Amino acid sequence: MANLLDVKKLSAFYGATQVLFDIDFHLESGHITTILGANGAGKTTTLRALCQIVRTTGSIEFNDTGGTVQLVGKATETVVRLGVGHVPDGRGTFTALSVDENLRLGAYVRKDRAEVARDLDKAYARFPRLAERRGQQAGTLSGGEQQMLAISRALMLRPKLLLLDEPSFGLAPLIVAEIFRIMRTINQEDGVSMLLVEQNAGLALDLAHYAYLLETGTVALSGPSKAIKSDESVRRSYLGY
Amino acid sequence: MEALLYQISSGLANGIIYGSVALALVMIYQSTHHINFAQGEMATFSTFIAWALIQAGWPYWMAFFFTIAVSFVGGLVVQRLILRPIEKAPVLTNVIVFIGLLLIFNALSGWFFDHTIKAFDSPFPEDSILSTKYFSAHQFGSAAVLLLVLFGLFAFFKFTSIGLAMRAAAQNPDSARLVGIRVSWMLGLGWGLAAAIGAVAGMMVAPIVFLDPNMMAGILLYGFAAALLGGIDNPPAAVFGGLVVGVLENLLGAYVIGTELKLTVALVLIVGTLTLRPAGLFGKKLVTRV
Repeated sequence: MANLLDVKKLSAFYGATQVLFDIDFHLESGHITTILGANGAGKTTTLRALCQIVRTTGSIEFNDTGGTVQLVGKATETVVRLGVGHVPDGRGTFTALSVDENLRLGAYVRKDRAEVARDLDKAYARFPRLAERRGQQAGTLSGGEQQMLAISRALMLRPKLLLLDEPSFGLAPLIVAEIFRIMRTINQEDGVSMLLVEQNAGLALDLAHYAYLLETGTVALSGPSKAIKSDESVRRSYLGY
Repeated sequence: MEALLYQISSGLANGIIYGSVALALVMIYQSTHHINFAQGEMATFSTFIAWALIQAGWPYWMAFFFTIAVSFVGGLVVQRLILRPIEKAPVLTNVIVFIGLLLIFNALSGWFFDHTIKAFDSPFPEDSILSTKYFSAHQFGSAAVLLLVLFGLFAFFKFTSIGLAMRAAAQNPDSARLVGIRVSWMLGLGWGLAAAIGAVAGMMVAPIVFLDPNMMAGILLYGFAAALLGGIDNPPAAVFGGLVVGVLENLLGAYVIGTELKLTVALVLIVGTLTLRPAGLFGKKLVTRV
């Protein structure tokens, strides 16, 4: 199967500070790929680079059904319109808008109204707690509910690729388990490819097919999740559990 | 008693005009956190366009709607050409550009339409049924027009997807980009809407104060006071602030400080609000995590 994303010599900068140094990676279509690493390794920056939120150099090839598109140099809005959903760190919900408005904004670029309405019902069926709170301001939701909302909003785009930035951050273990279970369902049933950034390496390796390990802006090692998980020395030295 | 009621009614009539200028200011403030000082002069220029069209023999309402459309496009173009390049610039840069725009539009009005004071007819004739004891036909008619504008805006922001996108872009531009909203164009739309609202306010105020290039200078100040008093991030509150300012100005002018010092009321209100209650009567207090 073809790669959904081919990334070559990707560097990213905040002002004059370089954070990513010529990293190469690829995402296989239909798979969940995870990026692990310590704080400051460049995980969040990698996701931001894919969405062109930070200044980048190098090449990001997005292989759509219609052909290959170079993402470097595109506007963030354009990357999103190509089918890249992003659940940012801090969740990025519109706190003063209602749950329903947040979800409808997720489908802002879509024109197929009937299908959007179907997806809205589907989102509420998937997370019944959002359905109960559909008229409520998003800022009044609990952390877990906001994360569910952020993921649901990104899915309203019907993305080909979903970027997830630490969906477990700051949440109770039970909620995290529920969210990860639903992410697996979304991947298996809807065929959405995912790139998951996580601090919680154990959880991420259980969910993902393939993993990359970042260390200060470079790829330290990569391989199938199973292999990395079972490698005692890698676990000890990089993942700390 | 009779005189007091007259003061209040004409205060309300003025107030709704201040309120609509305030509304135009809020429109841009919400999405950019800037006060467009050129709002008044842009409105004056729009009113001159309407005047020229009516002089050329256009029926009033045709000229009215055409002017609104032209102003909308004009506001959009100003944002795209002049403000977009400085979107990320510091506040002071923007302030200087606003002052520049103020001078440019003021000079353009004078250049194209000269500085003589012109009469601008009201579309609401005095002998019509609109004319009542406390409100003249024009006061009543302009209030109705501006309320229609307010309800139209409310419906636009509440029920259309582009209105929702504009709210989202104003609130959280980064997240708005992540759902595919072209944020910069939303700012442009905000400018277009503000210019259109300003044009309506200008055309409604011109029959009262007469038309000349400096027509809006004082009114912008009252509008600014109204927006601050109500709460600069809350459109209906800004209109309410306009009504309060209008009535207060009239009552103080008639009974306390005399008509010469009326404009001072606006200045005192601005300074007073900013010192005592910076968020305005209905504004949200902004808490920033540092």
